[in-house]
Amino acid sequence: MDSGLLTAMLAATIVAGTPLIIVALGQLIAEKSGVLNLGAEGMMAMGAIAGFAITHHTGNPWLGVLAGMLAGILMSFLFAVVVLTLMGNQVASGLALSILGVGLSAFIGKPYESEILKTVAPWRIPILADIPVLGTLFNQQSLVYFSWLLVAGITWFLYRSRQGLILRAVGESPSSAHSIGYQVIRIRYMATLFGGAMAGIGGAFLSVFYTPLWVEGMVSGRGWIAIALVVFATWRPFRVLVGAYLFGGVMIAQLFVQGSGMDINIPSQFLSALPYLATIIVLVIISRDQNTVRLHAPVSLGQPFRPEA
Amino acid sequence: MLRLEARAEPSKLMSYASPLLAIVLMLIGGLLLFTFLGKDPIEGFKIFFINPVRDSYGVSELFLKATPLMLVAIGLAVGFRANVWNIGAEGQYIMGGAAASAVALYFYESDSVFVLVAMVIAGGIGGMLWASVPAFLKTRFNTNEILVSLMLVYVAQLTVSWLVHGPMMDPDGFNFPQSRMFEESALLPMLVEGTRLNAAFLFAMSALLVGYIFMNRSFLGFQMRVAGNAKNAARYAGFSAKRMIWIGLLAGGGMAGLAGMSEVSGPMGQLTEHVSNNYGFAAIIVAFVARLNPIGIFFASLLMALLYLGGEQAQQYMNLPSSISNVFQGMLLMFLLGSDVFINYRLKWGRD
Repeated sequence: MDSGLLTAMLAATIVAGTPLIIVALGQLIAEKSGVLNLGAEGMMAMGAIAGFAITHHTGNPWLGVLAGMLAGILMSFLFAVVVLTLMGNQVASGLALSILGVGLSAFIGKPYESEILKTVAPWRIPILADIPVLGTLFNQQSLVYFSWLLVAGITWFLYRSRQGLILRAVGESPSSAHSIGYQVIRIRYMATLFGGAMAGIGGAFLSVFYTPLWVEGMVSGRGWIAIALVVFATWRPFRVLVGAYLFGGVMIAQLFVQGSGMDINIPSQFLSALPYLATIIVLVIISRDQNTVRLHAPVSLGQPFRPEA
Repeated sequence: MLRLEARAEPSKLMSYASPLLAIVLMLIGGLLLFTFLGKDPIEGFKIFFINPVRDSYGVSELFLKATPLMLVAIGLAVGFRANVWNIGAEGQYIMGGAAASAVALYFYESDSVFVLVAMVIAGGIGGMLWASVPAFLKTRFNTNEILVSLMLVYVAQLTVSWLVHGPMMDPDGFNFPQSRMFEESALLPMLVEGTRLNAAFLFAMSALLVGYIFMNRSFLGFQMRVAGNAKNAARYAGFSAKRMIWIGLLAGGGMAGLAGMSEVSGPMGQLTEHVSNNYGFAAIIVAFVARLNPIGIFFASLLMALLYLGGEQAQQYMNLPSSISNVFQGMLLMFLLGSDVFINYRLKWGRD
């Protein structure tokens, strides 16, 4: 394999993994506080259409990302009201959020179906970008760097900061956290909204930077894969990064095989199914070892909490 | 200040009233949505909710659309009662439709009545096989059934896409990605002359009846309810958790597969990539709105079918995308889950 192809695959893998990192880290924070939001798919879809529409009208991709983030926050706020204030079932509400978000985004996005955005130029970091092969790591879209900063920031936040400790305490034992005076519901609200914001940015990345166009159903399961990724990473930020690039690699490898015109007798649909099958395999491998999962999973994940109860 | 106060015990009345409240909230949301889109809300309401059922043909279409929803929802309800979250009914539906189509195309020349029988069996088995993957992985490796069943939806969609582009493509179809139209022998008989309502509606009615008996009158159904409500009690009583998972997923998969069969063998008459219209996901909403109750599923399916037909009307007469149906569906479920708070809590004025 020549280095040109290798570089191209590396670059493409990183771009494909980036939305997964951003979305999964947002969900990781929410889950660490004890909130399981299965609505990532819907929040991403809303982020994608909001980002696309605003970028299309203003010509400014940054406003697009901001709009995507706001859309994600709004969606997660709806979810938070239902599960945190009204104590609705988290699994069912997350699912409802996914159905609502995918439907609403298709509805809003109809007029934008045939539009295309200008490609956004990557940010080139001087000197580092000139390294052979690996230099491609430093000639990426801005949000790629953002995703790296996010990994570092969240690792620091969770394990080195006081607020992170409180967040984890809320997820491990909300009643203890409450009894020593922390506002469990407020902290969970913030964690959930952060998850929504990241899902919105991840969605906007897809429609504004990655494709860049809007197609109904374009998120195509990435929100669900991001949720699986959190389990795969056993709730540890750095592993989210590794896992996301693994998935990015699978997505890209199948595209390269399909695009290469290699004479292999595999239907393209089978190759397209690989990321989904990979998700299942990865989940099986992780779930086999229940002790590791139990050790790292937030104890109160998915459980509602009511202060006076 | 308005605040929530815990009830001494869950309100039975509210558990029935909250779906109605959710429907009212959805209607209000719909009126707001129409207004927001610059349409006359009353006119929009008429087109969306009244137009589809203004004549007897419309009503027959309503029952036709509700049929697959009833089938899938009753199967899912069995699992949901035991907290088995089969979210991938959409995939099981598609695979059931594909399996039934395989039978129809293989016996293309035959005019035996057994073709249809074989299609029913193939549809059910196709759905069950697809659901057995999350069941096996859950019971063997403790893998999350939500994520696995959902991933398999995408795999099922791609599989059908491959089938209609490849092995099952109509040889005289000008390369359109669809199968041949089925022969008369592979189509479900019509129930009412002049409509498209077919025998699948009878399947759905029987399924609701069997589902009712299983869930409310059988020991196994009781075990599943206990497992769903009190996991530790179920374990203490020695009910096998693995058995619940298998039954829950196979019931959902089998019924979804049958629904897929009823669609290819009914209104579609062939296999295409669009064999499902999100019925697998809509049925989840049906099951929740119906409180997993078979009678409730009957009415909730009709409501959900109305949302589908209303979406088609809105597309035709109001120039709105038909995905407005999904917006209504999502709103309905979201409102329902929110309204459910009143089952365990009541609103109170004043301070603690």
